[in-house]
Amino acid sequence: MSDATPRPARTGTEILLIGLTLVLTFFIIVVPVALIFTYALRAGIGAYLANILAPDTLHAVFLTVLASIVVVPINIAFGVCVAWLVTRFRFPGRNLLITITELPFSISPIVAGVCYLFLYGSQGLLGPLLEASGIRLMFTVTAIFLVSLFVTAPFVARELIPLMQQQGGDDEEAALSLGANGWQMFWYVTLPNIRWALFYGAVLCNARVMGEFGAVSVVSGAIRGQTNTLPLQISLLFNDFNVAGSFAAASTLAFIALLTIVAKAALETRGVGTGGRH
Amino acid sequence: MSATARKSRHLLPGFGLTLGVSMLYLTIIVVLPIAAMLLKTASLGWDDLWRIVSSRRSMAAYSITFSSALIATVFNGLFGVLLAWVLVRYHFPGKRVLEALVDLPFALPTAVAGLTLVTLFSENGWYGQVLIPLGITVNYTQAGIVIAMIFTSIPFVVRTVQPVLEDIQPDIEEAARTLGATRWQIFARVIWPVILPAFIAGCVLSFARSIGEFGGVVFIAGNLPGLTEVVSLLIYIRLDEFSYEGAAALATVLLLVAFLTLLVTNLLQSWQLRYMDKSR
Repeated sequence: MSDATPRPARTGTEILLIGLTLVLTFFIIVVPVALIFTYALRAGIGAYLANILAPDTLHAVFLTVLASIVVVPINIAFGVCVAWLVTRFRFPGRNLLITITELPFSISPIVAGVCYLFLYGSQGLLGPLLEASGIRLMFTVTAIFLVSLFVTAPFVARELIPLMQQQGGDDEEAALSLGANGWQMFWYVTLPNIRWALFYGAVLCNARVMGEFGAVSVVSGAIRGQTNTLPLQISLLFNDFNVAGSFAAASTLAFIALLTIVAKAALETRGVGTGGRH
Repeated sequence: MSATARKSRHLLPGFGLTLGVSMLYLTIIVVLPIAAMLLKTASLGWDDLWRIVSSRRSMAAYSITFSSALIATVFNGLFGVLLAWVLVRYHFPGKRVLEALVDLPFALPTAVAGLTLVTLFSENGWYGQVLIPLGITVNYTQAGIVIAMIFTSIPFVVRTVQPVLEDIQPDIEEAARTLGATRWQIFARVIWPVILPAFIAGCVLSFARSIGEFGGVVFIAGNLPGLTEVVSLLIYIRLDEFSYEGAAALATVLLLVAFLTLLVTNLLQSWQLRYMDKSR
């Protein structure tokens, strides 16, 4: 649609549909978000800060940030790797590989947690073996990292695959024929071409790692001050009837969510993420 | 992709490296844990497995989960098409804000969504203080589950339908108009068939997400067995009771639903691609 011609007057249907959409969005999305910050700041900024700086909550913030620092780079590397593989080469089993990459996206977070429990737990496949050699993974921080890797494995790949498929390998072939080696080609040709989609995938991956609840609640054991991430801390405070505390903790994650959608809107003007599914 | 690019498939470097790394990573992070769970379920034996998955409490959980997910999906299907239509076809102030807000339910952690919804509908909450005097209770009822499912899966239908709607060429609609079709006929006969595969794909994703939803639902549902106990919550309860067999069997049921979803969406994608090829 071009904006060159003056817009015709709005029809009744148009006004009705726009109005309905705005009203529904206001009640379903805007009001809940407003509630988070209102409840968090209700008792004043001092009480808010005291709630955030409570030792257990602060530790949960630390653990959540740590999980993101560990998990996001690994899944960026995996995403680039698998996207290169499936968009630049044809090989038997390619479709299966794509399907397995996307699998965690359709699996319930609770089921993801249960899967890890039956792999590394004492009831599980490798658990007894690990226990015999003195290694305990379940209900540790490592288990939180592992299950977060599972849950967010497709995030970067899903943004890169459609883009790299569409770009094709011509630029890279040109670089090689001009004498670049493989790493030079990757750094100077591939990476600049995919950087915004890569960044967008990383932003989505980060939001999910920080917010993951179901899978982490199965494998972490939710030990206060030890293996409690922010989403678990929110739930714990809520069950303790500490509403102000839980909303203070929730507001930090809601703030990150708002940053995520702002980043998305900014990146979309660069043509990123428009073809990607969620 | 051009034919030359396909011919020179091994001209580009990194096939061995990326194949090796991808397969190793997927095996350790994705395949092995799923296999471990399936092995656990297989070790139960057919009779025990059947006893668990067909128990009365499990059946009640399926019924609540599936019916709630169905209602949520119908709502999100309608709301999603409305949003996609308004975002693609109309220009109005605040459109970019609306466009960004649509993604918020994916960016917002499910636990935060759950906490927020249960507070909204509580006795002193912003919605609860209006609704409860009218006799409408949302918290700890199936309505709460449906609302949590709606909130957490809003973006699916919008984001699948929107790009297809953007791609529709205006000349098809113009042709229909010059042939005397009304606006409703244009939508029903020209636009709807084109967006249908994307619409169904979005609905399937939305339904699947709702079936497995935990964080959003657990706050608002309470856990009244047979009334507000969804499957993911029942799995969690079984784990809490150290009933690992029960958890494994029910998790396998949800896993099969996930596989089925993936299969259906893949089939729909190839259907949609064929559709788009034909319309070119």
